[in-house]
Amino acid sequence: MSKKMPEVPAASLADIAFMLLIFFLVTTTMDVDSGLERRLPQWVEEQQDEEVDVKERNIFVVLVNRNNDLLVENEWTNIGELREKAKEFMANPADDVNLPEKEPKEIPFFGEVMVTKGVISLSNDLDTKYGTYIAVQNELVAAINELRDELAKSKFQKSYKDLEKEQQDAIRDIYPSRISEAEPKKRN
Amino acid sequence: MSKFRASGNKELPPISTASLPDIVFMLLFFFMVTTTMREVTLNVKVKLPNATELSKLEKKSLVSYIYIGEPLKQWQAKFGIAPRIQLNDQFAGVADISNFVIAEREARDEAERPQMITSLKVDENTKMGIVADVKQELRKAAALHINYSSRKKP
Repeated sequence: MSKKMPEVPAASLADIAFMLLIFFLVTTTMDVDSGLERRLPQWVEEQQDEEVDVKERNIFVVLVNRNNDLLVENEWTNIGELREKAKEFMANPADDVNLPEKEPKEIPFFGEVMVTKGVISLSNDLDTKYGTYIAVQNELVAAINELRDELAKSKFQKSYKDLEKEQQDAIRDIYPSRISEAEPKKRN
Repeated sequence: MSKFRASGNKELPPISTASLPDIVFMLLFFFMVTTTMREVTLNVKVKLPNATELSKLEKKSLVSYIYIGEPLKQWQAKFGIAPRIQLNDQFAGVADISNFVIAEREARDEAERPQMITSLKVDENTKMGIVADVKQELRKAAALHINYSSRKKP
């Protein structure tokens, strides 16, 4: 008759597992990192003086001063109104002469569409609070995202984030995210 | 008497604990998978701003972090209360950023380098001056893909 191996006691297994469990419980952080995603422009060596020729009506000027006040297209504005203004600027539904021009462009799924030439220009003071800056950025991004979403709903009956990649690209071509940030000015 | 007591054994049988390790292991694996270890100890106070148009940072391994904010209490005697930059575990100046970016880039695989993201964790009361300096440095170092870390607006 073969000798039986003595069984390894498994009673302490639970204790070991508990210890590990408690360790992971303590060290775990559940928060998902998220934030506003942006792309910085390419660094160019000292050739800022050559002005890019953009017509006045095609620029949406947003200034934020050191007291965190907003000047949008030469008007004092609350942060709550910024989104609507930016949307109106980018969409220009009534072809207003003071709002940006449009040019015809061939886009998949849509055919020839009038695409806006508008650019949002954001500049801030060095003493602007970061919280305000993010709030402004957020409103501008939200404006573009809302326009895209509305277009996606009317064309594909789906919200923008549920579309196929090609469809998203097409909509992104119609409403490009053109937010340009001025170089910070040195104060003398 | 009744047939339920027919066995004559009055004592309750002990509850088997044999499946306890399995249950605990299941929990353990759940936490092991969901956990993300904090890599740095924060030396600055960072209260993130609120935003609604958030996008998630998918690949943690491709993200490098820059913290900007007021130094914590125990550092204030040494560094004052003006917002400072923290890279890895220590305070740094604006000039150190390019080296930091290069070191972070070296640590990744060559194939993954184009997808690297720099996450800026900046306190909402910081002035834009220091943030603008950091952004200029990032542009010089060609780390153009950035993420302004913020909290979901309730």
